[in-house]
Amino acid sequence: MNATAPERYDAIVVGAGHNGLVAACYLARAGLGVLVLERNAYIGGAAVSRKLYDGFTYSNCSYVCSLLRTEIIRGLDLPHYGLQIIPYEGGCTLMRNGEHLALYDNHDATRREISRHSRRDAESYDRFVRDMLRHCRFIKPLLLREPPDPTSFKPRDIKELLWLGRHFHQLGEARMYDTLRFWTQSCADLLDEYFESEIVKAHMAGSSIIGTALGPRSPGTAYVLLHHYMGSIDGAVGAWGFARGGMGAVTQALAASFAASGGTLRSSAPVEEILVRGGRATGVRLAGGEEIRAGVVVSNLDVRRTFLETVAPQHLPPEFLAQVRRFKIRGSSGKLNIALDGLPHFPAIPQGSPCTRGDMHVTDTIDMLERAYDDWKEGRWSRAPYIDMLIPSQIDPTMAPNGKHYMSVFVQYCPYKLADGEWTAAKRQAFGDTVIDTIAQHSPDFKDLILHAEVRTPHDIEAEVGLTEGNIFQGELTFDQLLFNRPIPGYAQYRAPLHGMYMCGASTHPGGGVMGAPGANAAGAILRDLRLAQRLTA
Amino acid sequence: MLTMSEPHFRQPLLKTPFHERSRALSQVDSFVPWSGYTTVDVFTTVEQEYFAIRNATSVYDLTPMVKYRIAGPDALRFLNRLMTRDLRKLAPGKVAYSVWCDDSGHLIDDGTVFCLAANEYRLCTGERQLDWLCASSIGFDVEIAEVTEEVAALAVQGPTSCALLRALGLDGVERLKPFELGQFELATLPIMVSRTGFTGDLGYELWMRTADAERVWDALMEAGRSRGVRPIGSRALNIARIEAGFLLPNLDFVSASHTLRIGSERSPLELGLGWLVDFGKGHFTGRRALLREQQRGPERLLVGLDIEGNKAAHNALLYADRAGRTQVGSVTSAAWSPTTKRNLALAMVDAPHFATGATVWAEIYLNRELVWQRRMARARIVERPFYAPPRRRATPPADF
Repeated sequence: MNATAPERYDAIVVGAGHNGLVAACYLARAGLGVLVLERNAYIGGAAVSRKLYDGFTYSNCSYVCSLLRTEIIRGLDLPHYGLQIIPYEGGCTLMRNGEHLALYDNHDATRREISRHSRRDAESYDRFVRDMLRHCRFIKPLLLREPPDPTSFKPRDIKELLWLGRHFHQLGEARMYDTLRFWTQSCADLLDEYFESEIVKAHMAGSSIIGTALGPRSPGTAYVLLHHYMGSIDGAVGAWGFARGGMGAVTQALAASFAASGGTLRSSAPVEEILVRGGRATGVRLAGGEEIRAGVVVSNLDVRRTFLETVAPQHLPPEFLAQVRRFKIRGSSGKLNIALDGLPHFPAIPQGSPCTRGDMHVTDTIDMLERAYDDWKEGRWSRAPYIDMLIPSQIDPTMAPNGKHYMSVFVQYCPYKLADGEWTAAKRQAFGDTVIDTIAQHSPDFKDLILHAEVRTPHDIEAEVGLTEGNIFQGELTFDQLLFNRPIPGYAQYRAPLHGMYMCGASTHPGGGVMGAPGANAAGAILRDLRLAQRLTA
Repeated sequence: MLTMSEPHFRQPLLKTPFHERSRALSQVDSFVPWSGYTTVDVFTTVEQEYFAIRNATSVYDLTPMVKYRIAGPDALRFLNRLMTRDLRKLAPGKVAYSVWCDDSGHLIDDGTVFCLAANEYRLCTGERQLDWLCASSIGFDVEIAEVTEEVAALAVQGPTSCALLRALGLDGVERLKPFELGQFELATLPIMVSRTGFTGDLGYELWMRTADAERVWDALMEAGRSRGVRPIGSRALNIARIEAGFLLPNLDFVSASHTLRIGSERSPLELGLGWLVDFGKGHFTGRRALLREQQRGPERLLVGLDIEGNKAAHNALLYADRAGRTQVGSVTSAAWSPTTKRNLALAMVDAPHFATGATVWAEIYLNRELVWQRRMARARIVERPFYAPPRRRATPPADF
């Protein structure tokens, strides 16, 4: 909020989510005058730390960190601006029969734990991790690259396609087959190739449906599983961790890095329209009527919100608009943020096990997960939902007063549109109760410890964050919406069908998960168009 | 089984049945994880322990070796399909060293097969294999069970080892030829002894029930007092096994079950284990790929190096020329050999530089009182084993 800011900027970024801020940082570092406009009074989009209850900090949207690219963390000096990421110490699934499956950060402990359920699975787990890492090695170099357009004859596209072809061919025969199969496979089919034990499969399957309006038996979910594997912490591929101070630490560090590069950030500044003249984006108009001009306009909003609500339709090609309307961005996730008076007791977990200091789940079979999805298809929230439950305050002392705890509960599935009519406060309450009851089945003292609970439906997430239908990935991560098809075939290279206008949100390649890669890639595309590519710092 | 020890999240590594005895004799508290167990790296000093192997008797706890019982009407057919060697020749009472590969002819692991009776085998490996064994057993009437935690094992190796075992009343142990096994009684405890080992010296491996482990250990230490018996850790054994030219997984090769990078798998031919591959025995997993590779000739070969100077060439890059312009490989294991007084290494060398007698150059970093210097040392490719005393094969062995 700089009162003396000039009225004209080289670039305006609409939305101060992490991708908007990443793009803004790279553009500012390249010497551009950059303005970031945020609708809310606080910045961060879906990577925020909110103080909604006395003494507690909630990561009330995204809640854990792994995918944020190391190149971005280093390139933008985010640790210097306060970003610290601390890995999980384990994870577990609580079973309905009072048993549990845990994973630990020690390989031998994990092997012995899995072998309690199946000796063979304890070994297959290594094969599974190996194959996931092999897929990661293939996909990692694609993340910070503009996806090549296979229909284009531009030298850059041809060069990139050749690179991709070579990269693919280096896999060798067997792995090429595996890779092709993998991208379209269902998670359940994938896991059947490795594991015999239901609980092991159920535990692994969770990340294949997070944020996704598909079930574990739907084709395409194997890729979603991998999407959650391709991050890393300090070289440990697949590891997840807590951003110290909550996920807002990511966007606060980005904002500080941006400010240090001379960028300008205005919050409470909702963009009403992206201005277009003669097929060219010329700036934005804010809700109050203020107009700000810029040579480049970058939208961090999802592709639906960008083109259906922020750009006048007459400026856009009708076919493009039709595809934007069809872009799959279905709401399927809810979230509870709970302030607890103490650490809840989970009788299934042996005393002293660190597996609660990571992700906890309660879905113990693939069938149970698929049934949860069936409810979503019927237009109701899952009666036995999949939950990704964490208590970050066990590790991060900044999240809750000493002795008290903050619990983040991600919930799958929760529909945007209910079969029995609109969302109401009473239905939100009932949804929250379903989740709380589910947890209470595994923790007798849980309900008594609740001091405050924030319940967020897909509707709430849409209303507060702006994500269409509350879809956490700004669009489904299915193969028809990945790589050169993300978000819209022919428009996968961050450029809108208007001169000077770009997209940088998770609707673009390589998708969501607080990765920052779309923002970085968009900045690269912009700087190349401005013939300033040599100024790109990462 | 697992409930016997501390919960795995508090203590991820298991203790072998010899752990209490080892801990009592460990002077330097040097333990390392091995295959899910905590094991001794050094008891006293590496040098003293090494010379127990080459001069008297060493006792090494090899319980963490992964052991499987493979039995059933199709046990032999199954193993013969799995492994590269012809196991039809392996009669009861015999042991064979063998390797097994995936479909692409890439090495999964090596190990020893003990034929206990017709269609009853014990497989002893460095890495866990249940997943691969089960996957390979489809269509065979065979039972596969891991017995690692039920069978304790000690390697008793060195020139006086036979005499020591005889002093313990293992009559007839002197008649065991290399790669033979026999059932004995130590006091009243049933014990299986095989004339096998990882030292390239005279030596035996003792296999016993976990419950008997400490009594066997105590008996060995008692009877061995006058024969220079000494428990040894993995560091001393590593020197002996390099002298003997034996390979260690994850050092000299990475199992194809673990490789992430294409090209880091190894075939038995590349590892100089072509003598274990029997193309004439009928089909086995990886045969077609290995046959193609044999016709083509391997792209690289694991060789022995005799390197000038006395600084072990750990992790050294190898070059065709002294100037270090063309890299032709790298060292996988290295040691100064106290017995041969040579600077030895195992190394992976690219074709065509791996011919015996050829010279390559090893880039060695020398720490001269914290001043680091780089030296290009001449390295001659030589035959393995580097050290093979006649006593390793003598039957009966010399008495002491």
